[in-house]
Amino acid sequence: MNIRTIAISAAALGVLGYLVYRSEDATTRKPVANKVTVLYWEKWTGDEAQKMRRIVNNFNASQDRIYVKMLSISGVADKTLLAASGGNPPDVAGLWDTQMTQFKDAGALTDLAPLAAEFGIKEEDYIPGYWKLMSPGGTLVAFPTTPASTALHINKKFLKPGEVPPQTLEELDEFTDRISKVKDGKVELAGFMPAEPGWWNWGWGYWFGGKLIDGDKLTINSPENIRAFEWVLSYSKRFGVRETQNFQSGFGNFSSPQNPFMSEKVVSVMQGVWMANFIDLYNKELPWIAVPFPLPKDKQHLKGMNFIAMDTLVIPTGAKHKREAFEFIAFVQRQDQMELLCSTHGKNSPLVKVSDKFFETHLNPYIRLFDELARSPNAAYIPQIGIWPQMDSELKNAFTEINLGTKTPKEALDAAQARLDPQWRRYQQQVMGRSITTAEAKP
Amino acid sequence: MKSEARIAYLFAMPWILGFLTFLLYPVMASFFYSFTDFSVLRPPRFIGLENYKEMVQDEVFWMTIRNTFTYVVAAVPLSATVAIILAMLLNTKVKGLAFYRTLFYVPSLVPMVALGILWLWIFNGEHGLLNMSLEKLGMSKPPNWLGDPAWSKVTLVLIAMWGSGNAMVIYLAGLQDIPQSLYEAADLDGARLVAKTRHVTLPMLSPVILFNVIMGMIGALQVFAVPYVMFPNGAPARSTYFFTTYLFDNAFRFQRMGYASAMGWVLFLITLTLTFVALRLSERQVHYDRS
Repeated sequence: MNIRTIAISAAALGVLGYLVYRSEDATTRKPVANKVTVLYWEKWTGDEAQKMRRIVNNFNASQDRIYVKMLSISGVADKTLLAASGGNPPDVAGLWDTQMTQFKDAGALTDLAPLAAEFGIKEEDYIPGYWKLMSPGGTLVAFPTTPASTALHINKKFLKPGEVPPQTLEELDEFTDRISKVKDGKVELAGFMPAEPGWWNWGWGYWFGGKLIDGDKLTINSPENIRAFEWVLSYSKRFGVRETQNFQSGFGNFSSPQNPFMSEKVVSVMQGVWMANFIDLYNKELPWIAVPFPLPKDKQHLKGMNFIAMDTLVIPTGAKHKREAFEFIAFVQRQDQMELLCSTHGKNSPLVKVSDKFFETHLNPYIRLFDELARSPNAAYIPQIGIWPQMDSELKNAFTEINLGTKTPKEALDAAQARLDPQWRRYQQQVMGRSITTAEAKP
Repeated sequence: MKSEARIAYLFAMPWILGFLTFLLYPVMASFFYSFTDFSVLRPPRFIGLENYKEMVQDEVFWMTIRNTFTYVVAAVPLSATVAIILAMLLNTKVKGLAFYRTLFYVPSLVPMVALGILWLWIFNGEHGLLNMSLEKLGMSKPPNWLGDPAWSKVTLVLIAMWGSGNAMVIYLAGLQDIPQSLYEAADLDGARLVAKTRHVTLPMLSPVILFNVIMGMIGALQVFAVPYVMFPNGAPARSTYFFTTYLFDNAFRFQRMGYASAMGWVLFLITLTLTFVALRLSERQVHYDRS
């Protein structure tokens, strides 16, 4: 090997090494002179990201010590987790509430209680249901960006003049029977379908007083949950299994004019506060109202029951600029910034204090209803359990099996319970470090 | 000579480094992790054979094995047959051969995710092109390809044929390599198309068939992208929940990297065994000697 070859090789390796060494600065953390760069990975893209960027810009303009660099990242949860394991996570990550318990148990999230205390942020500032989502298992690990509550959205065209929307689940069933159109074995119009949009298929038991976890015990096959899934089954019987499947396969994406509610194929749907934004975007002329989703006649004491959820900001374990990151998070929690973000995203506010202006100028004409529902003591949310992804997968499968008629509600939920019990025990042992007694270990 | 060898190694070094870093190390690490409880962030905890024992009792694991095997058994022979037929058709002296060859090959270049979206529209039960055509042909209730567990795997098998163009090109090369003299001899013996195919074409093509079948089998055992896009969560009722999808879920949704690693090694052993069996079974059927 001559000197020239060695020199070229050494130079090439040097360039490669330099690129690897500097890649972090080149791609993500290019510093702004005299400022700490806080790297913020967010799941939102497009319009939602632009609206969040406005808040980021407001923060960057509000002081001269910290620069928040926001990047829209696809698959943000996996990437945050892997980056944290590699020791180079972002300083702030925008995730979903559904991941908080699993990520907290994995040790991926920073306990934010000390920083919150330092910045004067208190539990009393937040609507209780959202505070619980922020602090799975009592550990404060997240702060909200935009929250949501849910209600029944009805296409007003199908209500008679002066008709009161369904007040009970039984009335919703009657409404569906009256409105729906099935011609030549084909569903042309459905008054309501529990499987549309399918985002809360796991949770119908809550409307019947059921839960999925009670203390430390999974209660998937509780009588309330079985009753709920029997109600679900009544809908696939009402329209026919095959007919329902064919009808649903003709639905377009949620975020499109072919959305079954927007295209007037399904007259009423359970949807979140965000729906007004999408109606405004895809079918402005659609006359609609939002009302609390009705409860069964014998469960009226659960008044105010609805599903709440939220998008979150977290500081991953190993973040380099935790304090500066929290300063940004605290800025987002300011009432003026929070209201700006939530109103542009078409959401309600997670804060207890809400200005009149927020309600008066909000795009959603039913924003006060959604705010009220969020504050309801009966508001429900996904179980705060680290095996939520497995639970979600089992319940989705049970829901499909019941709708297809391959299993009865009891059989499907018994099977889900039998699958999840050992997984939950294993998780408690392996991840949470709990010892399981012999009695508990028995299936 | 020594100096030349050094230079050769130097040029090969990027590949060697890449192999050691991105292939050998992860493969070895996954073997170690398969004996641990590992969720990426916490240090792996050695649990011996627990992951493998759990797999034996995991009914979803067995369901994914059944689904995957059913898919392999249906998709591989069907795709191979279609590819051979296409290659034989293109091996005739047809006009515009290059055009047809390109036409049949192009589909295998379409990215898997785009393919999944495309097929979702074609197989849509209500407005899909396929069912609309079947209705026009007089079928009053065409299958619900995407929503019925009885049809969902059939849908994926049919889609698998879409990628036959890749194998077709290899078969075509194999066909063109068969000496013309053998066909001339068969002609003199009065052999017709079926006899020539059975006694000349297929035996002479057998090494290529074996290669394609083994590669197709390995690919089918790892089927992932199209079902992942078309049938989220293995729907309907886990009828399309395949081995690799379950492995992916365990690794990235359930954060059970140890269990997923163990599954990866089981898949490797299954692939190795099936390949070995295919090679042994084909020893008498595959003709390598062209003298």
